[in-house]
Amino acid sequence: MPDNGASQAKAASTATNGAAAESKRQRVRVLISALGMLPVLLILCGGFHFLSEGRFFTGQNLGIVLQQAAVNTVLAAGMTFVILTGGIDLSVGSILAASAMAGLTLSKMPELGMLWLPAALLTGLGFGVVNGALIALLRLPPFIVTLGSLTAVRGLARLLGADTTVFNPSIPYAFIGNGSLTLIPGVASIPWLSVIALLVILVSWLVLRRTVLGVHIYAVGGNESAARLAGIKVWAVLIFVYGVSGLFAGLGGAMQAARLYAANGLQLGQSYELDAITAVILGGTSFVGGIGSIWGTLVGALIIAVLSNGLILVGVSDIWQYVIKGLVIIGAVALDRYRLQGSART
Amino acid sequence: MNDPILEMRGVSKSFFGIKALRAVDLTVYAGEIHALMGENGAGKSTLMKILSGAYRPDPGGEIRIEGHPVRIEGPLGGRAAGISIIYQELSLAPNLSVAENIYLGREISRTGLLARGAMREAVGPILKRLGADFLPSTLVTHLSMGQRQLVEIARALHARSKILIMDEPTTALSAGESARLFALIRQLRAEGLAIIYISHRMDEVYALGDRVTVLRDGRLVGSLDKAEIRADTIVRLMVGRDVSSFYKKDHDPEAGRGHPVLAAIDMADGFRVKGCSITVHAGEVVGLAGLIGAGRTELAHLIIGALPKTSGRLELEGRPVEIRTPGEALEAGIAYLTEDRKALGLFLDMSCLDNINLAVLGRDAKLGWFLDRDKARERADRAFAGLSIRAANVGAPAGGLSGGNQQKLLLSRLLAIAPKVLILDEPTRGVDVGAKSEIYSIIDNLAKAGTAILVISSDLPEIIGICDRVVVMRAGHIAGEVRREAAVALNQEDIMALATGMEHLDA
Repeated sequence: MPDNGASQAKAASTATNGAAAESKRQRVRVLISALGMLPVLLILCGGFHFLSEGRFFTGQNLGIVLQQAAVNTVLAAGMTFVILTGGIDLSVGSILAASAMAGLTLSKMPELGMLWLPAALLTGLGFGVVNGALIALLRLPPFIVTLGSLTAVRGLARLLGADTTVFNPSIPYAFIGNGSLTLIPGVASIPWLSVIALLVILVSWLVLRRTVLGVHIYAVGGNESAARLAGIKVWAVLIFVYGVSGLFAGLGGAMQAARLYAANGLQLGQSYELDAITAVILGGTSFVGGIGSIWGTLVGALIIAVLSNGLILVGVSDIWQYVIKGLVIIGAVALDRYRLQGSART
Repeated sequence: MNDPILEMRGVSKSFFGIKALRAVDLTVYAGEIHALMGENGAGKSTLMKILSGAYRPDPGGEIRIEGHPVRIEGPLGGRAAGISIIYQELSLAPNLSVAENIYLGREISRTGLLARGAMREAVGPILKRLGADFLPSTLVTHLSMGQRQLVEIARALHARSKILIMDEPTTALSAGESARLFALIRQLRAEGLAIIYISHRMDEVYALGDRVTVLRDGRLVGSLDKAEIRADTIVRLMVGRDVSSFYKKDHDPEAGRGHPVLAAIDMADGFRVKGCSITVHAGEVVGLAGLIGAGRTELAHLIIGALPKTSGRLELEGRPVEIRTPGEALEAGIAYLTEDRKALGLFLDMSCLDNINLAVLGRDAKLGWFLDRDKARERADRAFAGLSIRAANVGAPAGGLSGGNQQKLLLSRLLAIAPKVLILDEPTRGVDVGAKSEIYSIIDNLAKAGTAILVISSDLPEIIGICDRVVVMRAGHIAGEVRREAAVALNQEDIMALATGMEHLDA
């Protein structure tokens, strides 16, 4: 009999061990899915620091990375709103160019110069709302509508500057493009571009996670018919998200204009939409809508910036940078799929 | 009886240490219809997936087909062993023809080219044997749900399956289509097939079952022969306790009935609904019966503004109201529970909490915009307790819940707005027995509290069990109304006669 008792006790302890291991695994899984691509970002940073013999983690270099990530972060934030509803906005690069052109043109007018910034924002917002109205009210597919405005708005951007580069070396608020916010005098400062990008992320988070509208955006992306039956004004949500995407593209245009003191309707913002979409996808937002977070998008945008910066630091040629970036994107998303599969219940 | 065609001995299956199936012994004979019942999560689908080869059973059990031990492996393993499964959601490619679907994965080709003609010819006799009224070349997208089921059955016959498993085959069928399906199932039985028939519906099991096996919590809790099949026995086996009053109707249909709350007058969409009027009083449960396609769901959609109406008006508590969108209906206090909770109701990726609060977020919001998370949490906790919704926690995604719990989740969203009128479209479809009886008692309590309730249902015993009177639709019109006369209860025959138009033939 004692034999039997011992084996029972052993069986019981294996069972509790099993349960403990299961709950631990569960916790690890939750942690991994919350962190998302953050480990990838950290590994990239560490790797580049090692390969570049310690030139990555320097105050100056990190400042450059943050500054380079800023405009794409802002565009990607707007893109997150759109992709969360299951849509896509291909026109952000063109809207960015048109907004920068509108802003710079206005900044050269003596009396109205100070108004260039709101003008750039409103230009972006306007194009975004038009996109949204076409998609929400005429029920046209987002891919087609924004593919059309990608081309049309690019044309308008060229028209605004009569197809030349517009310069304004004395543009007001130039500090947002090149200045830094001093945190500790002489020790730490952060570029204004990055401050703006962070503020955009924070505001986006607030809207997506803390407002009724945010829940409605997730609801429309998760199940549009159910959202309609639940009394959500789907058309208003759609106009809002494309409006936000346009507004943020306008802000991106203003940031570029202030940084370069110049804009060219043909070249500025070419294929920026691809980097923005990449950042959102790297951030784990589902392409069909309804799932995703703005923090993931921030991490995605940083991954792209770190890659560009790191590959230059390491001395990889421009051509190979393309190849490596492309492969990292595919690899990262494959990893994400694998991670999500592991957490899915059978 | 002859030798068993399928014998399962001690078959178990566990996922991550959780036993989904515990040492199940199941014996099925050729030429019998073997009904398999059990609440959702009892292990029916696990059992089925083992037979199809989708899951591999835990070591130790044994499966024999015609006396020979077999190992069923891989997605085609079941078919190779002579087992075909017809799933609830049919697995046909709608863009292909009937013949192509039947041959899917085993196409005939000649020198690499698809031999369409040969495939169509070979399929013809099978379709004829099943009494199909469509051609092998018809595209599946043009077929009704009943016809699609025939294609699935044809596929099984074509693969020379000896065992046919059907998972709730009548969920999407009209009464006429179901009757035809039953006749066909009996014909297949006579031809010597063994049919395992999974269903939640007692009347189907009565009508078809030669034997009934009941699963509960992964265990086989009993097998009944035809003579022993009785509703109370089966329900007791399924839920493990006595269910004395399955349908709950405690509210008083006479004294409890108040003023008319909802009056829909002459509603029409110019297509499926052709001038229907219906009135629901406070504290009253009105049934809306009819065959599938009679226009019941469309009438509900017209009332809540989900479909544009060509004529008709609404009165709410005696005053005319204009409702153009579901949002306006909710604001006016008319809530609608959709018949298709996954496609039209729930947000499967969102948390239970968000799903429950979705309709009242705007009303609760701070400063008109910001979520009141404490209030939302409180409301979700109350809904979980009040409707006994079972999920890991209120933050769990709705998609992971069982059918019954999803339905209660959706119901709790509607109840959050404290509606004056509640329209329930097939409230217990795909819901297990336990959750069904809970939903019935929720409906009863709402009626007691004075809510006007309209229940659309194709389940006649359910309508009779919970409703005070029944309005019957036929082909877009109100065909009539069945009331309880003094002590005489509502009866199924009267409703069916109205629904099918048989009352004219009777005289």
